[in-house]
Amino acid sequence: MISGYLARGTPLHCVPAGAKLTALALLSLALLPVDDWRLLAAGLCLVLAVYAALGREALRRIALLRPFLILFAIIAAFQLLTATWQDAAASILRLVLMILLADLVTMTTRMQDMMAALMPVLKLLGFSAASRKKLSLMVSLAVRFVPLLAENWNARDEAWRARSGRRAPLRQVAPFLAETLRTSDHIAEALDARGFAANRGRRSK
Amino acid sequence: MSVRDMLLIALFAGIIAALGLLPPINLPLAGGVPITAQSLGVTLAGVMLGAQRGALAAALFLIAVALGAPLLAGGRGGISVFTGPTAGFILGFVPAAFVTGWLFEAWSARLGVFLEATTAALIGGYLVLNLLGIPVLAWIKNQTFREAGAVALTLLPGGVLKAVATGVVGYLAEGLGTRRG
Repeated sequence: MISGYLARGTPLHCVPAGAKLTALALLSLALLPVDDWRLLAAGLCLVLAVYAALGREALRRIALLRPFLILFAIIAAFQLLTATWQDAAASILRLVLMILLADLVTMTTRMQDMMAALMPVLKLLGFSAASRKKLSLMVSLAVRFVPLLAENWNARDEAWRARSGRRAPLRQVAPFLAETLRTSDHIAEALDARGFAANRGRRSK
Repeated sequence: MSVRDMLLIALFAGIIAALGLLPPINLPLAGGVPITAQSLGVTLAGVMLGAQRGALAAALFLIAVALGAPLLAGGRGGISVFTGPTAGFILGFVPAAFVTGWLFEAWSARLGVFLEATTAALIGGYLVLNLLGIPVLAWIKNQTFREAGAVALTLLPGGVLKAVATGVVGYLAEGLGTRRG
């Protein structure tokens, strides 16, 4: 399954999700007022050291930042026009640092654990136990729908190609959508039939 | 909310995510904002599900992303996207879906589905999204009003194209009688 999660266990994997998220929030808040680029650079070195300690796979994740390179360059260019290079370096370093810190949590925490860590927050926000259960099911369903949609479209495309030798035209989107909505209704019926009482959230046995 | 509504919301969150599998276009003129098919999913959710469920679908997608699923176009995910420079656009998905759905519902078949859906998607998917996304970007980049305007103009052709695509799908769905409006 697609995930930003690193499958190999590391010491950071053992830290509870709630603790990691709290630490991330505090660190991010603490970073916002820091304007000294030397401090931020030291922080970045520290975070990169943690990545290196986690192994080669973790370091490879940094490459995922590549689409942001242009953006960083543009931000730096603007900052250099309007402010000193120290300010420019500080703002870029802070941005990279915050992104890498957050990715550190994502890499070492399973989605289920993140969901579990979210539950007390939702409880505080006034979500009932039933609606919390519903939400976690919906997240799983949404994530599962992604490969399903891709598979269904590919099957349709292959059938079209086999008969015409060309790619499925965009017109095929309409029946594809109809098929997809039918699938979603079938899953809803299947859940209903198995006693997933969405209105009451009562577990039937 | 019925089980069927839950599934529709999850499905459209999935559709937004699946559209992110199409490779994004990175134009230097767009100031680092990737042009993706993802916002098409957002306006589609608004048109097909209506304001409330459409916004919920967009919110569900963001929750899945926040929990670490790399579903944003270009394979990004996790909490870091909400502190990044394009955070305004990403968080803007929810109001964008809501406004699109609300406008589409409010019109109730006088202009014809295609025109209504296209206009609603243009306002929701382009105007609302940029009104939220560009100030955040400009704030992080210390941009002037004019530079921010240039970004908005660069994103306009894609925005129009995606709005028309929303209109076409809305029209096709109406023909099939599958719209869950």
